[in-house]
Amino acid sequence: MNHSSNLLDEALGFNRESSQASITPGRIVLIEDCVETSGAFVLHHLLKRALSPPLSSGVVLFVALANPFSHYDRILRKQGCNLATLRENGRFLFFDMLKLDCPDGIEGVVELFHKIQKTVKVCSSPEYNRSDITIMIDDISLMEVATHGSSNYVLDLLHYCHTLTSEIGCSLVLLSHSDIYSSMTAPSLMLQIEHLTDVVIKTDPLATGLATDVHGQLTVLNKEIVDEHGTLKNRIHNFHFKVKENSVEYFYPGSCN
Amino acid sequence: MAETICRALRDGALEGEHAPALTIKDTLSIPFGFHAFTHFLCNLSSNILSAKSQSQCLVLVTFSKSPSFYYDLLKSKGIDVQMTKNWLRILDCYSDPLGWKDGGSVDLVPNEIEKICKNVRDLDKLLSSILELGKGVVGQGKSRFSVAVDSVSGMLRHASVSSVANLISNLRSHGQISCVFWLIHSDLHEGRATAVLEYMSSVVASLEPIVAIGEKGSSENIFSLEQNSGKGKFNVRIKRRNGRVKAMSEEFHVERSGIKFMVISSGNGVVNKTLVPKVQFNLQLSDKELADRENVVLPFEHQGNGKDVEIYDGRRSLSVGQYDLGTPVMTTEKLHTKTDQGKGEIHYLRDSDDEHPDSDEDPDDDLDI
Repeated sequence: MNHSSNLLDEALGFNRESSQASITPGRIVLIEDCVETSGAFVLHHLLKRALSPPLSSGVVLFVALANPFSHYDRILRKQGCNLATLRENGRFLFFDMLKLDCPDGIEGVVELFHKIQKTVKVCSSPEYNRSDITIMIDDISLMEVATHGSSNYVLDLLHYCHTLTSEIGCSLVLLSHSDIYSSMTAPSLMLQIEHLTDVVIKTDPLATGLATDVHGQLTVLNKEIVDEHGTLKNRIHNFHFKVKENSVEYFYPGSCN
Repeated sequence: MAETICRALRDGALEGEHAPALTIKDTLSIPFGFHAFTHFLCNLSSNILSAKSQSQCLVLVTFSKSPSFYYDLLKSKGIDVQMTKNWLRILDCYSDPLGWKDGGSVDLVPNEIEKICKNVRDLDKLLSSILELGKGVVGQGKSRFSVAVDSVSGMLRHASVSSVANLISNLRSHGQISCVFWLIHSDLHEGRATAVLEYMSSVVASLEPIVAIGEKGSSENIFSLEQNSGKGKFNVRIKRRNGRVKAMSEEFHVERSGIKFMVISSGNGVVNKTLVPKVQFNLQLSDKELADRENVVLPFEHQGNGKDVEIYDGRRSLSVGQYDLGTPVMTTEKLHTKTDQGKGEIHYLRDSDDEHPDSDEDPDDDLDI
């Protein structure tokens, strides 16, 4: 298994020296993608980082609204991570929410939260004593669809997940699409989420058009990083990527081989 | 200005007036409003603890952070947390705002200081809870307490603008409230929601980026954050009782230890330097030249050294006339003699004594037109 860090890991502050392999507990990460450039590979990358031994012994609680288990299993297997085994070991907890539908109100969302809360409580209980819990939601816009367009319910759910991050120290990874909101109606949902999050990872197509060697660009924003002078800073990393068969290459603009 | 705000919150309300209210507003492009909020919170807390403030208790309504976060914050500022039960109450609207968490979970049992609100939509209940908590500490008498809301944005998500306005208005006019302050993320709401709250506040502090950012979509703004990271402008608008509005501006830096306010550094100087065109002539003065220029005593300047003020009015003044006799052709007027070498002097050389200075004679008289 290849654990050499790449530009994305560096941008997210993962490195081997500090033995930090996954997202800092309590942090909230938003992956914002668009139609031309899917951000799913970033989610897969974070999933792998959170699960891969020996660097991590974390638990991932995966709320899937977009794809069935077999989809993620196939992708992660190519990257050297066996989700089926991890699922049996109780480290990958897959919530199949493909059929989630809450037509009349909030019950479905509350039920989903209860499920998440219960699982997190069990994982963090002395019996299992897993401190490293990551909740992943793929994706927010489908959750909005499930609630029949009520973004308030989605925000309520996210708020409750936020309380879990501060109570138990879970981290939260969200995937959402930036281009499905017209500027008039509901930029508010994305704005609300952006106010909540600590890290935003955005995928965009190349501004100069399609290219065979470069599939798009990534912008990683880390909010409130303390720099060497003790000042709080927002740090932005910007680089290009190329999605390959079983890995992703990250490089600075112009330095592609 | 941050000082002024701290004092206003400390001094509290006048008898028969509404309590002073402070709106702190920020946007995603400059998301440091929470740091400003905690700055005023900690300042007021230490004033309450040392009995310098009018209010004797602080009721903190939390929407965006857990109570334990605030205990850690106060502890990190050196404020005694052991004594909090004497002066702090937290109405926790963060942990379970909609009552989803049920079934007697142990960690939600409230202690003496905290009270959990399980239905934030009911603002009437919220109001009575705030008053109940405050009165629980200061009693029913004339003693006052302060109220802080860590995110009105959280409140506005669950309730209408009018009901939030009603809540705040009720708080301000309540006889036992010393001051109210809150934070709002203004980009999350319609302009009118922010305006309503601003109408009801005596001080509005808005955090604005130093580098102006175009009004684009959300994500466009968030990625321009780096330019503004860590610092920005702190604009304050203070409304006096008589209707006078005073606007002021300060600069802030956010550090690990908290937010720091400072007088706006004269960025103009920097701008001036860069704006001066690159020419061969020396358009600027060096520091020494500047100092020398400052020291020059102008002839009309009152020296304040006890001597008569000698102002050259175009005619010979008395003192000049006295030693004028010795130098009939050329007069050197030494208006101010300074022993100090560092000081400048002005020597005035009149061309000729024949000609009367400023005479009424037409200088073009001899021209043959």
